[in-house]
Amino acid sequence: MDIGKIDQIIEKHDSEASLLIQILLDIQSTNNWLPKEALTRVSEKLAVPMSRIQHITTFYKTFSLTPKGRHEIHVCVGTACHVRGAQDILATVEAVTGVKPGETDPDLQFSVETVSCLGCCALGPVMVVDGEYHGNVVQAETAEVLEKLKLAETAETLEKLKQSETAEVVNLCACQ
Amino acid sequence: MSEISLQVDGKQVTVEEGMTILQAARSVGVAIPTLCDHEKLAPYGACRLCTVEADAHGRTNLIAACQHPVEKDLVIRTRTEQLDRIRKVLLEQMLAHAPDSEQIVALAQIYGADPNRFEKDANFCILCGLCVRYCAEIKQKHAVGFFDRGAKREINFIPEIAVRECWDCKECFPLCPTSALQAAYVLTEALMSPPEPVAKGCGGCGG
Ligand code: SF4
Ligand code: FES
Repeated sequence: MDIGKIDQIIEKHDSEASLLIQILLDIQSTNNWLPKEALTRVSEKLAVPMSRIQHITTFYKTFSLTPKGRHEIHVCVGTACHVRGAQDILATVEAVTGVKPGETDPDLQFSVETVSCLGCCALGPVMVVDGEYHGNVVQAETAEVLEKLKLAETAETLEKLKQSETAEVVNLCACQ
Repeated sequence: MSEISLQVDGKQVTVEEGMTILQAARSVGVAIPTLCDHEKLAPYGACRLCTVEADAHGRTNLIAACQHPVEKDLVIRTRTEQLDRIRKVLLEQMLAHAPDSEQIVALAQIYGADPNRFEKDANFCILCGLCVRYCAEIKQKHAVGFFDRGAKREINFIPEIAVRECWDCKECFPLCPTSALQAAYVLTEALMSPPEPVAKGCGGCGG
């Protein structure tokens, strides 16, 4: 993560040590995870000992000290969702993304987690993709949502490619 | 500062406001078992062995003597059947982690704690926090800290700080009631390279 960006976040919070958790949350949401450089920088800038930062970042589940994908998928496997077929949803997620619960793919595209209750059991089985709730999902729908994301990602990547120098190569193809 | 008088095991005690019940009890020679208490460190209340019964406002509460400040007219009992039972269970849980800790074994004998009551857990730390607090409060180095939470909570050294500070300090070692700290340090040591020896005296003649 870019040090400048980290500094920006810290400055936005007036380098206030009492806002440590807020700052960490901001870095987490900008970058999807907390790299070590970021923690070291925060520790230096706020004069908060590293042991305290480690204590906090390992305490709260929101923080991730390992790289996370750009899209976060949470599948509820709580009791209500379980009896309504959460396992099938999970299997579909794994089949489409190739990512197992608790893991992230090497391209940092998807991270998959299971959760134990999302507080909306009546909607079960529930899947949350990038903060958006999908209730009563059936397998086909799960696949559809994820495929869309994948397509969007692919399109985005192509778009980026287009803008870069290799764009010509892509444009060469007449069918586009 | 005003003085406060209370009763500890039937003895009338008058101490300064702001003192803890543990300090008040000690001042009249009443011993309360403790593990996480340290005279130089702020009260922490991790081990709960110092739990005592306190009567106040017509109710009896269980409180941690090392943390609770004295209050006017409190009636404290430091040894009752209920307290013995509480301490026994606490010690049994600690023995599951550190069955050979001298301090814990000695207390276990007093309270009749059974070392085999709970399944053994390979984590020797009882999370008393003495090492973490000593490093933070007294040395202000913060080389060791708590990680994770709940059943997974554990102490760990921060290797980057440990490599700078710990080689020549190790003052926390004797504080640990279970030797878990030394073990954690040895693991950390494997990650760090020893500091360059500082040349003493004249390098040329060796004097
Ligand atoms: S390592 Fe020892 S001193 Fe540190 S918290 Fe654990 S039991 Fe206490
Ligand atoms: S001595 Fe009071 S809780 Fe440990």
